[in-house]
Amino acid sequence: MIKNNGNGEYRVLGTRPVRHDGADKVTGKAVYTADVQLPGMLRGFILRSPIAHGLIKSIDTSAAKATPGVHAVITSADMPDVGDKIADLGEGAVNLKYLSGNVLAQDKVLYKGHAVAAVAAVDIHVAEEAANKIIVEYEELPSVTWVLDAMQDDAPLLHDDLHTDSMGAKSENPSNICTHMHFEKGNIEDGFAQCDVVVEREFKTASVHQGYIEPHASVGDWNEDGRLRIWTATQGSFSARQQTAEILQIPIGDVVVTPCEIGGGFGGKIAVYLEPLVGMLSKVSGRPVKISMTRADVFEATGPTPGSYMKVKIGATNDGKLIAGEAWLAYDAGGYPGGMIGPGCMCVFSCYDIEHAVVDGYDVCLNKPNTQAYRAPGATQVAFATEQLVDEIAKQIGMCPLEIRQLNAAKEGTVRVDGPKYPPVGLVECLEALEESDHWKSSLDGPLRGRGIAAGFWFGCGLKSCATVTVNHDGTVNLLEGSTDIGGSRTSLAMQLAEVLGITSDDVNPMVGDTDSVGYTDVTGGSRVTFATGLAAYTAGRDLQTQMISRAAEEVWDCSPDEVTLENDGSFTHNGESKTFKELASQLFKHGEPLVARAAVSPENPTNGFGVHVADVEVDPETGKVTVLRYTTIQDAGKAVHPSYVEGQLQGGTVQGIGWALNEEYFYHDNDTVANASFLDYRMPTMLDLPMIDTIIVEAANPDHPYGVRGVGETPIVPPPAALANAIYNATGTRMEQLPMSPPVLWKQLQSESAEA
Amino acid sequence: MANKRHVSTTINGEPKEFLCAPHESLLEVLRDNLGLTGSKEGCNNGNCGACTVILNGRPVDSCLVLGVEVEDAEVETVEGIADRNELHPVQECFLEGAALQCGICTPGFLVASKALLEKTPDACEHTIRYNLAGNLCRCTGYDKIVRAVQDAGKRMAESN
Amino acid sequence: MVTVFIPAQLKELTGGITSVEVEASNIRQVVERLEQLFPGIQQRLCDGDDLRSGLQVSIDSVMTSRGLIAKVQPGNEIHFVPAFGGG
Ligand code: FES
Ligand code: FES
Repeated sequence: MIKNNGNGEYRVLGTRPVRHDGADKVTGKAVYTADVQLPGMLRGFILRSPIAHGLIKSIDTSAAKATPGVHAVITSADMPDVGDKIADLGEGAVNLKYLSGNVLAQDKVLYKGHAVAAVAAVDIHVAEEAANKIIVEYEELPSVTWVLDAMQDDAPLLHDDLHTDSMGAKSENPSNICTHMHFEKGNIEDGFAQCDVVVEREFKTASVHQGYIEPHASVGDWNEDGRLRIWTATQGSFSARQQTAEILQIPIGDVVVTPCEIGGGFGGKIAVYLEPLVGMLSKVSGRPVKISMTRADVFEATGPTPGSYMKVKIGATNDGKLIAGEAWLAYDAGGYPGGMIGPGCMCVFSCYDIEHAVVDGYDVCLNKPNTQAYRAPGATQVAFATEQLVDEIAKQIGMCPLEIRQLNAAKEGTVRVDGPKYPPVGLVECLEALEESDHWKSSLDGPLRGRGIAAGFWFGCGLKSCATVTVNHDGTVNLLEGSTDIGGSRTSLAMQLAEVLGITSDDVNPMVGDTDSVGYTDVTGGSRVTFATGLAAYTAGRDLQTQMISRAAEEVWDCSPDEVTLENDGSFTHNGESKTFKELASQLFKHGEPLVARAAVSPENPTNGFGVHVADVEVDPETGKVTVLRYTTIQDAGKAVHPSYVEGQLQGGTVQGIGWALNEEYFYHDNDTVANASFLDYRMPTMLDLPMIDTIIVEAANPDHPYGVRGVGETPIVPPPAALANAIYNATGTRMEQLPMSPPVLWKQLQSESAEA
Repeated sequence: MANKRHVSTTINGEPKEFLCAPHESLLEVLRDNLGLTGSKEGCNNGNCGACTVILNGRPVDSCLVLGVEVEDAEVETVEGIADRNELHPVQECFLEGAALQCGICTPGFLVASKALLEKTPDACEHTIRYNLAGNLCRCTGYDKIVRAVQDAGKRMAESN
Repeated sequence: MVTVFIPAQLKELTGGITSVEVEASNIRQVVERLEQLFPGIQQRLCDGDDLRSGLQVSIDSVMTSRGLIAKVQPGNEIHFVPAFGGG
């Protein structure tokens, strides 16, 4: 169902064509990285740390090297020294020393699964066998995996040269706290003094993994001409190119990255893990090398998004106006400094107009893999806290949870805690859509059943994108772009080009280029592709039309360009004569130069995606199991280019949020090694765990895009844990302060509360 | 290499012979020895279903089957679902219903769905969810997959 | 004149002042004026000849990645905020 605010009539946007890469993906022909086969290709295997924290005293690779069939063995000693340098990766900056250290441990291992050495051999079994002959001597160090413990002065220190950064000021003593952020708005004491009701709670959330089904994989071929070719599963080919070149200390132009089809990323396939290793193994062996991670590697050495501790306090007046908010947040950084605390701080109160606020945030190193983005990174944790407190205030003052959100919803002009004001945004419209929805109007009866709602926000970013359009004899066009396609984006871009040009989606052949063939394009992440690369496709289409107008004036109609009119349907007219895009394009082709158009854009404004979810649950008091009975996800898409894929983003993000809420977590042994590095024990939602996920797409146009498009990919993961926690409260009367709200946790809490009562 | 075994089998209707070591899984054989990379590896231990193939009429995780076990068997993979250039109804319905995003889980779902629908074309939502619970998808939230399987069942029933 | 909002973490350098008006036509000049008013603030905002990594500028709520070369106009409101990407 789509609610349109009536902003424009489209021919292509809003329809649901079959995706261009569809046939390849349903027949097994689509080539993912693990499917790449090159002549003479070796297979690589990575030896990983068995302990959570320790010094590497020595590594003896002689037996591995002597194994028949082994062509290369590398350790950090074979990698160049990258020094202490910050590299700007477009989506964020990173210290190369840390990036390189995460790819291959230097003098220390910082988490179980940390890569220590890599082997290339004739097949995977030989490589694995040889890797297991490498003798590594460790001096084991005490370890820490709980964020508050890691912040203590006497905590095991991961990096003795890491000092806390407080906006440019460094702490005197080394610390696991990488960053302290602090934001203020209004006057917090005055704010709380005006409140009639104040609620405060502490929350904690477990580390979770992005859980993409395709394990990381890369193929590297260090060619005889000195160029390194990489085929890889990445969200950003240019980012992978830059990271690889920096880590290997080779010129960026000597690396070419071909993005293969990618089996999910969700933020976890931006940092490189394998690319520099296959490059170095290929250099040493003189052969192409492929490494595919095992699922255990994926769980132990990649991913997780921060576990957190949060203390949040919100105050309101008796008539429901939120007045003051205070938050103290500590997020896992993992083995190296992380990047999710900033957005966490900025999102904690981002859905509401709260006049007085103070937020403190800490990014903390501990013995887990370096944390990575996971769909709206940092926002889901804080929404779990804030959205429950808002419900609690509503309950205390006897207000409906929807009404309190409507009363306080962020809108155009609302000032976020970090300072900027929102441009036009769609939260109010989403709440209205909720109020009018069948789900909200339906009744929910029965014992131990409850309904909960929650709102969520993610910025959505712009960044850099390029597109090139070439025109064929018959007026069909080819669209070359650089955004790796994880979920159908080729088609949503082709549709925007088709819309401008007045042709059909099928008239456009979209293709994702490698880093040699397409202009620089930032990662597929930040909900940016349909928005920013879409803008590039649109702009290239406009460039093409401009060229065609002047050529039509010159070569067809013998008039001045301003006597040629470009009609809304993409046709060109002069003196009552009209030519469609295809007619004119083939005519120009026949008698003159081929037509090529291009665009390079870097829209800078966030697209500001808001969503509201409503969940009905039933709680089984015998087991603590929560069954999701009904779920509706409502989100502002600005303009839904391909509604099926917008719905798909909403449904997929929602279900990841449901998994985060109800089941997913890492378990650690006493020695801080991961105990559940498999899909059997790290339990992601299966089909059987879920109902259908209903969606309502709201369309409140984004003023920064010609069709009003907003990014939609990330926001849907934000509300589910909070919506489900509110539903559980309404079903049982118990408030959930930790994620996941798994059966044992909920069961224990219900038991202890009934014992108290 | 010395102890490789010779195996004769039928894959997607065609007789095939291959050599494989006793420890190699059917998934490895398909992908590395026979170049049939449509079956995907998501976990290599039977927990994701991305490697699902039909073995003698039943869906199995090919990562849990040894290559040597398919002697004289009939194996069907995602590459064999379409009839020349004609997509199978389950493939059509997945495309029309946007039941894939990244597509890495898709081969496994298609194979498992086809196996289910051949037995139970009118499978209800619960039956589908129950039978395909061994196939993980992290992108779609499953909603559109369930609907696509239902639609494919209808289409198969109509064409029979 | 543009209005510059001082990040809360730098209030220690401004004696508690939360915003100032300065004459400037780009962010580099904004930072230079701030440094004249509040010595030490430049090295908290910048690293060498660039904005400190992890920081970005918002001009009238429009984020810019242009850093110090971003242009400003009279009446603009300027915030220094953490950079964010996404998944
Ligand atoms: S790869 Fe066989 S079940 Fe996952
Ligand atoms: S479509 Fe990506 S895992 Fe299913």
